[in-house]
Amino acid sequence: MSDENEKKPALLLAEFDTARDVMHAAEKVRDAGYKNWDTHTPFPIHGMDRAMGLDQSKLGAIVFPAAMTGTTLGFLMMWWMNGVDYPLIIGGKPGFSLPSQIPIMFELTVLLSAFASVFGMLHLNKLPRHHHPIFNSERFSAVTDHKFFVSIESEDPKFDLEKTKKLLEQCHATHIEVVFDDNEGEVPSEEEAHG
Amino acid sequence: MSSPNLPIKEIGEVSLVGEGTTIKSITETVCRVTENKAPRGWWIGFLIAFNFTGIMGLAIGYLFWTGIGVWGNNAPVYWAWDITNFVWWIGIGHAGTLISAVLFLFRQKWRTSINRFAEAMTIFAVLCALVFPGIHVGRAWYAYYMLPIPNEMQMWPNFKSPLIWDVFAVSTYATVSALFWYVGLIPDLATLRDRAKNDLRRRIYGALALGWRGANRHWQNYERAYLILAAISTPLVFSVHSVVSFDFATSLMPGWHTTIFPPYFVAGAVFSGFAMVMTLMLITRAVYGLRSIVTMKHLELMNKIMLTTGSLVGYAYAMEFFVAWYSGNEYERYVFFVNRATGPYAWAYWTMVSCNVLSPQVFWFKRFRTSIPVMFVVSILINIGMWFERFVIIVTSLHRDFLPSSWGYFRPTLVDIFTYLGTLGLFFTLFLLFIRWVPMIAIAEVKATLPEADPHHDPNEAHDDHAHEEEGDDHEGEPVAAEAE
Repeated sequence: MSDENEKKPALLLAEFDTARDVMHAAEKVRDAGYKNWDTHTPFPIHGMDRAMGLDQSKLGAIVFPAAMTGTTLGFLMMWWMNGVDYPLIIGGKPGFSLPSQIPIMFELTVLLSAFASVFGMLHLNKLPRHHHPIFNSERFSAVTDHKFFVSIESEDPKFDLEKTKKLLEQCHATHIEVVFDDNEGEVPSEEEAHG
Repeated sequence: MSSPNLPIKEIGEVSLVGEGTTIKSITETVCRVTENKAPRGWWIGFLIAFNFTGIMGLAIGYLFWTGIGVWGNNAPVYWAWDITNFVWWIGIGHAGTLISAVLFLFRQKWRTSINRFAEAMTIFAVLCALVFPGIHVGRAWYAYYMLPIPNEMQMWPNFKSPLIWDVFAVSTYATVSALFWYVGLIPDLATLRDRAKNDLRRRIYGALALGWRGANRHWQNYERAYLILAAISTPLVFSVHSVVSFDFATSLMPGWHTTIFPPYFVAGAVFSGFAMVMTLMLITRAVYGLRSIVTMKHLELMNKIMLTTGSLVGYAYAMEFFVAWYSGNEYERYVFFVNRATGPYAWAYWTMVSCNVLSPQVFWFKRFRTSIPVMFVVSILINIGMWFERFVIIVTSLHRDFLPSSWGYFRPTLVDIFTYLGTLGLFFTLFLLFIRWVPMIAIAEVKATLPEADPHHDPNEAHDDHAHEEEGDDHEGEPVAAEAE
């Protein structure tokens, strides 16, 4: 960590007042060809996926195999326990009989799908993540209340502080702010103090 | 349907929330309940409820110490209040899932004002329900025999028994309801985190919000997860009460052995659950001033659902009699025409009919459907009536079995009564804690129903803006709030 003292911006954050404005801004940023960017809104805005040029969520590809695992595991468990390992003969019924196993196979299908959809969603979203440079912005806390934001990260290949700022200005952002990454900025300055 | 691209107001729909409600005012109205000091009424309610929870603990402790004989259950009436309470609580829970999942799939946007509330109710009701089978096994320390885990007898559960299906159905239901509830809470916990004035609140809500930052790339997966959870919870909720009804229907007991039970139980569950949501909602709405979010329109729609499900339940009562008569089976005929209608428990039967079938009929009239005192009284009558329904099904079928020499009469003991009142205490304790610390209305979801949440809504230039929206704009399947009409 030698001369990286001039803090590198982590992202550019543009604020908007209405859902309509943030959606138009998203369309412009999409058309400008950015990749590492996002919109931040207090509630999901319909049509935003298209405005950002996103594909469909991949969650289904996680949940479906989990659902099938639940069905299969339920079947195998009951077949082995009641049919093979310890056949309980009650009322002269066969040890294993498919019709009476259906309810539990169904419940286990639902149970595993539910776990897969919740944890799969968190996995795809890379959550929990309690530290993110975007939280260094004071104004950003309004995102869960009534404000709308567009963030463009400096890692984006097209990111250029001036040009990107200009683009966001053209989108009629009400406020534009450069957000720095706390940790990267502070560690070298501490070393400085010691040295 | 008129063009889906027009804002809500323009196609003649009425806003779902009260006049003057904005995105910011929703945050404020809902969050301040958890941020301000609890009103005195909350403390009074909490202390009473907490005391009853203690009474439940004592009643259950006494039962563990002494044995199941402390209940009024006797030789023909092996199942009594325990199973009545179990089915009653599970049924109450079902309205929560119906509101959060089934109404979501049908795109009934009015549900957003009540779903969080109802989902919390589901989880707490299922917890109360789980108390009963847990202690009814007698030796609660052997309750793990119900689960497929290796035990010292080297035996496995009998998976052909509906009682084991029940174990899986109810525990799956409790788990999925809790997951669904938490997923819905994540954005709202982030709202509380961002509004937090002190460090402790910020840390706790921040940890629970998992670092949510409202990103659209997150909302995308989040909404898909919500949709999948709704899609799997819908058959789940029907399966749970169907399985509960199989506990009865697969037996050979006249009065239980009927094929109408699964749909009849599901309708009754939804009916009682809506009544409980209504009772709690009317009180909370008045105490915390939520009238702009939970409007008369919401209450009226809930009353319509109660009228529908109440009439379905009435149809099922009539059909039980018809089938008993039509079957030509003398035991079936005896159970319904003689024992239920005129036997020693006739008072319970007619209480049930008047509370469940007659009382909701007042909702045919708009005047009563929109009168808060009327709906409050009716919702309580329904709660009582639905408890009696389970009592009638269980006790009147059992107390006169096949051998007249073993006929008996069931009377609850004090321990029965305290255990039941105690679970009510547990329910209200959890519920009051929920109201105090968790946003009781789904903030993000209600915001999304506002006209200004529509990206095509423009307060300044009302009309000419839509020309330049892309034609194929992703709005099909989003009939904004039309259903609330």
